[in-house]
Amino acid sequence: MSKSNQVLEEITSKEYEHGWTVNLEADEAPKGLSEDIVRFISAKKNEPEWLLEWRLKAFRQWQKMVEPKWPNVTYPAINYQDIIYYSAPKQKVKPTSLEEVDPELIKTFEKLGISLTEQKRLTGVAVDAVIDSVSVATTFKEKLSELGIIFCSFSEAVKEHPELVKKYLGSVVPMTDNYFAALNSAVFSDGSFCYIPKGVRCPMELSTYFRINAANTGQFERTLIVADEGSYVSYLEGCTAPMRDENQLHAAVVELYTMKGAEIKYSTVQNWYPGDKQGKGGIYNFVTKRGLCAGDHSKISWTQVETGSAITWKYPSCVLKGDYSVGEFYSVAVTNNYQQADTGTKMIHIGKNTRSRIVSKGISAGKSQNSYRGQVHVMKRAANARNHSQCDSLLMGDQCGAHTFPYIDVENNSARIEHEATTSKIGEDQIFYCLQRGIDEESAVALIVNGYAKEVLNQLPMEFAVEAQKLLALTLEGSVG
Amino acid sequence: MSTSIARDLTSEIIEAQKSLTAEAELRTEALAQLKKIGLPDSKQEEYRFTPVTRHLEKNFNWNKSTPESNLSSIADYLLPGLDANVVVLVNGRFNPLLSKVVSLESEITILRLSDALLKNPIAKAHFNNYLQNETDAFAAWNTAAWQEGVFIHVPESTSVNKPVFILQLHDASAEQVVSQTRLLAVIEKGSTVSVIEKSDSIGNEVVFHNFAEEWVVKDDAHLEYCKIQNDAGKICQVSNSVIHQTTSSKLNTFTLTLNGQLIRNNLRILIDGENCESHFYGLYLLNGNTLADNHTVVDHKKPNSFSNEMYKGIMDGNSKGVFNGKIYVRPHAQKTNAFQSNRNIIISDHATINTKPQLEIWADDVKCSHGCTSGQLDEEALFYLRSRGIAEANAKAMLLYAFAAEVLEPIQNETLKLYLDQLIADRLQKNF
Amino acid sequence: MLSIKNLQAKIGEKQILNGIDLQVNAGEVHAIMGPNGSGKSTLASVLSGREDYEVSGGEVYFLGKDLLELSPEDRAREGIFMAFQYPVEIPGVSTINFMKTALNQIREYRGQQALDAVSFLQLMKEKMKLVEIDQSLLNRSLNEGFSGGEKKRNEIFQMAMLEPKLAILDETDSGLDIDALRIVANGVNKLRTKNNATIVVTHYQRLLDYIVPDYVHVLYKGKIVKSGSKELALELEAKGYDWIKSEATVA
Repeated sequence: MSKSNQVLEEITSKEYEHGWTVNLEADEAPKGLSEDIVRFISAKKNEPEWLLEWRLKAFRQWQKMVEPKWPNVTYPAINYQDIIYYSAPKQKVKPTSLEEVDPELIKTFEKLGISLTEQKRLTGVAVDAVIDSVSVATTFKEKLSELGIIFCSFSEAVKEHPELVKKYLGSVVPMTDNYFAALNSAVFSDGSFCYIPKGVRCPMELSTYFRINAANTGQFERTLIVADEGSYVSYLEGCTAPMRDENQLHAAVVELYTMKGAEIKYSTVQNWYPGDKQGKGGIYNFVTKRGLCAGDHSKISWTQVETGSAITWKYPSCVLKGDYSVGEFYSVAVTNNYQQADTGTKMIHIGKNTRSRIVSKGISAGKSQNSYRGQVHVMKRAANARNHSQCDSLLMGDQCGAHTFPYIDVENNSARIEHEATTSKIGEDQIFYCLQRGIDEESAVALIVNGYAKEVLNQLPMEFAVEAQKLLALTLEGSVG
Repeated sequence: MSTSIARDLTSEIIEAQKSLTAEAELRTEALAQLKKIGLPDSKQEEYRFTPVTRHLEKNFNWNKSTPESNLSSIADYLLPGLDANVVVLVNGRFNPLLSKVVSLESEITILRLSDALLKNPIAKAHFNNYLQNETDAFAAWNTAAWQEGVFIHVPESTSVNKPVFILQLHDASAEQVVSQTRLLAVIEKGSTVSVIEKSDSIGNEVVFHNFAEEWVVKDDAHLEYCKIQNDAGKICQVSNSVIHQTTSSKLNTFTLTLNGQLIRNNLRILIDGENCESHFYGLYLLNGNTLADNHTVVDHKKPNSFSNEMYKGIMDGNSKGVFNGKIYVRPHAQKTNAFQSNRNIIISDHATINTKPQLEIWADDVKCSHGCTSGQLDEEALFYLRSRGIAEANAKAMLLYAFAAEVLEPIQNETLKLYLDQLIADRLQKNF
Repeated sequence: MLSIKNLQAKIGEKQILNGIDLQVNAGEVHAIMGPNGSGKSTLASVLSGREDYEVSGGEVYFLGKDLLELSPEDRAREGIFMAFQYPVEIPGVSTINFMKTALNQIREYRGQQALDAVSFLQLMKEKMKLVEIDQSLLNRSLNEGFSGGEKKRNEIFQMAMLEPKLAILDETDSGLDIDALRIVANGVNKLRTKNNATIVVTHYQRLLDYIVPDYVHVLYKGKIVKSGSKELALELEAKGYDWIKSEATVA
């Protein structure tokens, strides 16, 4: 197996391709966290009094809370006073059109393959670009507004649509839900807001692209998507960060709210900097994502491809409150080198005839640890709830670990819950079959891994699927167990 | 978390220690460990659904001593037709009148544990080597305060003809009973033995039974071990069983839980040799307010072994089923095959199941899987039976029986199998 | 084309091939027959480069190149195709995607341009017709849930796509009913030219009714103990392998 090890060696030495930085002049808060910093952030953004109060309340709660210790990950204690909580690329005024956006910024995103120039953009995707937690540009806004769709930065939403923000902010993830959600609620700097009005099917994919640029900063963005009755939207989220030796904290909150008959499809390709081969640096990705199926017959579907971050701690969840509501979670999580991922989902069945489906594919290589943690909870009232979960793990090499922690709690006797999990490796006979057809070992592994993850990749919108496949191949090319 | 009963307990345990001299040093050490870790509250992951400590706090007076029982016959509690070595403990005390050893001395040694620790070097060598006193409060408590126990030793290359039947009775007809008992069994190389443990109780007062077991199954040995928990009344039982297996040994265990108020079983199988085989099966048929919690661990430390777990549950009334099955495959335990299945049927509106099948794998060339379901009876099958003229109640019982009886398959002792089969059939017929 | 001299191979400590000599020229079809455990499949595996077997002696030249020095994928790229006895299942990878990857890597090795999607599909359609395979099968995950016959037909389809110089059919008839056998054999026959060669490894004669060999070799205890024309196969069919065994033992 010396050859396999050699290949493994090669792929583990692969460099992170988005690891560059640009010199963007930034407007930063001083290091550390206090009520003053919370006030500073709120003031920077000219926020209304109610939002400042909301932040302060969250901050005071956060101070009383302790960091969760239950995830299957280890990392040195985070010094919350050593982080910059606000960093914005310096722009004289908020640009009203793309011509006013700093060309350096546009270039930054172009380097990432994200064009902010609408003409160059493939039609069908509108982008909100967020750098160091501040939205720098949103495309296709006018076109969307003709349909009554609101798609803008969070700060803008606070100004333009305060009634909506006030109503739904924290309605799915309460400010004190958990340690990192409380932290985010206190210091979030920006993010995306989206509202799809009654009966409107959003004609294009909406997308937010997150980029951490500045050093020593944490990224705390917040996304809120509200789908009114009978509406539909597909939302994409992508992210990268520069290579830095120190760990950077990313604690985001995403809230999805669907009313009667509405559907939100939320896809993530997470490619934050994972740290180097020795496990130095990388993003701590501690994210709270939750969707509330508030109305009957509503649906929320999460798809995630997780390849980046030094540590991932996230459980995109669905609260199935409306009768006949549907929750889905499709996930591919890849860990390599010293990466650690503890990720999964919660499906909380509250309404009658609610259904959920979980497909999780974990891939561990190098010295990484990959955990699936999930809960299916059928509450007393949730008659005829259905769940099917499939959690597979693939191990490459004998120095990594795969862990499965599914919690199944059933309080209603008409529920039908099925959970299956398997662990496997890439078969040597599968590799040989490919070799015999003239395919080299690296491509063979990429082929097999993509096949393994296909059920999840198929859920991604076309354009994203290609990117995700490339990313998988890049992270794991040629690793053989 | 340390809780308030810890203080009361300490005096209780120290009181107990005065009369119990065996392994006094270990007892003191274990007491210190218990004080350090405290009894688990519901915030602890392993006891999230099983409030043993709260139950003990609410229902027991730790200054009371446990009464003697004047029970004279155990006929009602035996397995009909089972010709076995019988060991009887009543309220945690050894009852020599009701016990009898029928196997030859050359085949098997069965002793009171307190005696064995004084004169048997094998017992001394293995005692307390396998329990996790540092992390498990109930194990530590048992080590500090065990009253009596059983020692079983099977010499090399011996097939013990007659099974060992250990009956633990709790007579709570007059007063509350607290009993701490213990078992140590060493099955030497190439030997075979079958052990049946049964617990029953009498009376309506509360019982707390803390039972700790250490099993050593050496190379090429084969242990069949069956636990029948059929306590009536208000028993709270915590049972810690650790089974240590080495090369090419074979294990079959079966745990049947029928009654009791709060039952917690920790079954821990350490596979510490290659080519081992472990089958562990369980069935919990619950009703009333019974809470039965099975926590199992199979720890594959060496390569090339096989483990297969199947636990099934049927919950009726206000009962609660809890299951947690951990499969660990340690680094370098390559070519491990480990399978686990937990299937549940909830009958009533008020019964619940909390299940957590858990895989933790650190080796790549392994085959592991778990499956877990919760549901109702298959409507199609029910309809099919009814369309052939079978009454709904009978049809349900038939289907439930079919669901449950699968776990009996691996049991080899026919008398035992027949008894269990009848027990299950009666139970299902009566209740549904 | 293929020249095997005194080839010896073992798996672990167990010697399986005890000095094989075989000469295969372009345009020829060779059948390797023999009782179970004689080393037939080992020979096929060694030629395709499976790492489980250790070559302990002898040499193999393919088109002038030392075959034993080449990696399995390079052997494939040089033009060796193995139709597996038990084709492996690869979940989630469609045959189409698989073939496209293989074909283009082979083309790259030979310094040819990669095929674009259109020409690839065209080529595929053509070959599909040739081996009578249905498109729906090729859209599915590679061999996953395929019947025995479907798997074998898929092997022949891949052979048609890759146009090897030397095809090794390892027990291709096992698990096939007579109709499937005919379809598979037809495919193989259509692919025969004077420039390529085929080695058919089989236990039974019946496949050779459809794929008529120029030479038949009988393998026993890791050695070729008898070679002859196609009549030898008929003789084996009639008499079984026992007379070969006794003859070999006497010798």
